[in-house]
Amino acid sequence: MSYCKQEGKDRIIFVTKEDHEAPSNAELVEDDPNDPYEDHGLILPSGEINWNCPCLGGMASGPCGQQFKEAFSCFHYSTEEVKGSECIEHFRGMQECMQKYPELYPQEDENESGPSGGDDTAPAEPSNTDAASVPDSSVDEVTVAGTENAATS
Amino acid sequence: VSCQLVPVHLWNVVELNDHTSFKRSHLICCVDESVKCVISVVINVDAKKFVGILLTMSPVEPALPEVPEHAPYLLIGGGTASFAAARSIRARDPGARVLIVTDEADLPYMRPPLSKELWFSDDPSVTETLRFKQWNGKERSIYFQPPSFYVSPRELQTVENGGVAVLMDRKVTHMDVRGSKVKLSDGTEISYDKCLIATGGVPRNLQVIERAGEEVKKRTTLFRKIEDFRALEKVSRELKSITIIGGGFLGSELACALGRRSADLGLEVVQMFPEKGNMGKVLPEYLSNWTTEKVKKEGVTVLTDAVVKNVSYKDGKVQIRMKDGRVVKTDHVVAAVGLEPNVELARSAGLEVDSDFGGYRVNAELQARANIWVAGDAACFYDIKLGRRRVEHHDHAVVSGRLAGENMTGADKPYWHQSMFWSDLGPDVGYEAIGIVDSNLPTVGVFTKATAKDTPRAVTELSGTGIRSESETEAVAGAVAGAVAGAAGAPAPPPQQKEDYGKGVIFYLRDKVVVGIVLWNVFNRMPIARKIIKDGEEHADLNEVAKLFNIHDD
Repeated sequence: MSYCKQEGKDRIIFVTKEDHEAPSNAELVEDDPNDPYEDHGLILPSGEINWNCPCLGGMASGPCGQQFKEAFSCFHYSTEEVKGSECIEHFRGMQECMQKYPELYPQEDENESGPSGGDDTAPAEPSNTDAASVPDSSVDEVTVAGTENAATS
Repeated sequence: VSCQLVPVHLWNVVELNDHTSFKRSHLICCVDESVKCVISVVINVDAKKFVGILLTMSPVEPALPEVPEHAPYLLIGGGTASFAAARSIRARDPGARVLIVTDEADLPYMRPPLSKELWFSDDPSVTETLRFKQWNGKERSIYFQPPSFYVSPRELQTVENGGVAVLMDRKVTHMDVRGSKVKLSDGTEISYDKCLIATGGVPRNLQVIERAGEEVKKRTTLFRKIEDFRALEKVSRELKSITIIGGGFLGSELACALGRRSADLGLEVVQMFPEKGNMGKVLPEYLSNWTTEKVKKEGVTVLTDAVVKNVSYKDGKVQIRMKDGRVVKTDHVVAAVGLEPNVELARSAGLEVDSDFGGYRVNAELQARANIWVAGDAACFYDIKLGRRRVEHHDHAVVSGRLAGENMTGADKPYWHQSMFWSDLGPDVGYEAIGIVDSNLPTVGVFTKATAKDTPRAVTELSGTGIRSESETEAVAGAVAGAVAGAAGAPAPPPQQKEDYGKGVIFYLRDKVVVGIVLWNVFNRMPIARKIIKDGEEHADLNEVAKLFNIHDD
């Protein structure tokens, strides 16, 4: 049973689990998927890659950003049966670049704690993660999307 | 052999075959290490003509200046907003050359751990490494990126694929908007195409301390930067009593951090402020009181309703006298009484300063004037939903920095994604908030009992990060779930006599519309809070709105 009290201008309601069982009748405004102001996840409504997605961490902006973008773009637009199979050279280029910056792109087995920059993880599937904002870190599970086909092996 | 393309005015010309093509030529200078001479090939870039060869025997390397003469993207200030903008620019403009100019001696870093996580570290070298372990054992640095991420300012103009360079220990003292260039304190000039001002601010001080003389001032910390953290950490080990003046976020966080060490260190920690309780300007009174009790439990002596009348140094102690006669004798003072936004460039640049909120006045797209944007603590911006405001939180610096970077690369988007903020009062109690969270507004709070999972520690363990805004990107922003199937009732517990604000949601209202929300020990619900504020609707029953948060779900 919920219980209410008023302290001046501030109202306080105590509720139990049962009080909140019935679904809410509060109405939310339907979101416009084409709202130009909204932040987007990894993939924009146009189908293009959102390089500025916080989920990518610093991958697209660091010293190997160019190589990363080329490799990931190739993969994204690939229509081969084994997706990204024609992108091996790009991934190789990316990996070569990353090996020059072990501090920024540690190899997976060392990667318990992540780079000293931070801990972003990119979603394995492009999804509309709420784009809150994290300006740090360069590595990591973004390689999931790009190297699923062992393109860098 | 290494070769660089050097523009005309930097040549060390000894001899030139064809003087007439001098102006439109470029010199490719190659330094042959083995021969120790400079071999230069002069080409006329327009005519694509080879003009001549220049040989100089002096073992001179083509000297690129340390400070680049021109930066396509110039970011003034090296904090969170600036770094976020740099990243955004690089993501959107391939090969962008971004120059950050900062008066600090450090690469860009994040501030929240300076008053939180760094204090909880067991590592004695933490003041050196500035790394900290989060609750789940994962370690990270406060620096956004290690030095290898950046290119040197010297090579910024020439490095393939561009990059981000940070010029440290340099202050921009003058801005010439007409000429699109700035001047540094040593007279060097840098021209730009697009400029971001992200100069943050400087901690305010109490007038009574300013006037109190050198002996008091040298025992006072104005806390903001890495050096302040290092100095205070040292003080906490060496002295016996620290008094914090200020009851807001910074003051309360530092008080809790020091309070937790107080037993081990034999340190007395006192916190004093004019309000009735901690976070008195942010939380409604009942919650502010509850918070104050929590701070006291962390080992802090809290003095509320305390207005400082004067401060002096006497008998080896700093003496703080309050208006009501109370006196505190302490070894060291931390003044956490607000931030003065840095608008030093307003005059030379001809930029408007806001008289209500302080800071540079910018529009919804964070633009001050053509080709000049402002982000972070120094930006007084127009928020389409909530009105003109200035926000001093980490996530806002990130969101606004990112947005400025987008707009500097042609996006023209307004501030729309509401930033959030958070504060922890130790590992057991924390809250996240969004929007206008001002205790002067009427509020409606919906509370229930907390479980062990409802703690900042549990959240960090789950998400792997103590920077709460980051955990949002990890969480899937799913649709709000419907009813929870539950057994019908055991009789409801009696109404709480002793207030136990275990967990809940507090709505802040302006003209019946929710403009701010505090999530009290309720985590991973920020997307729904953001949605409610974005909608800006009047809701008849806020308990119904509170249901949307599923606060009973574990």
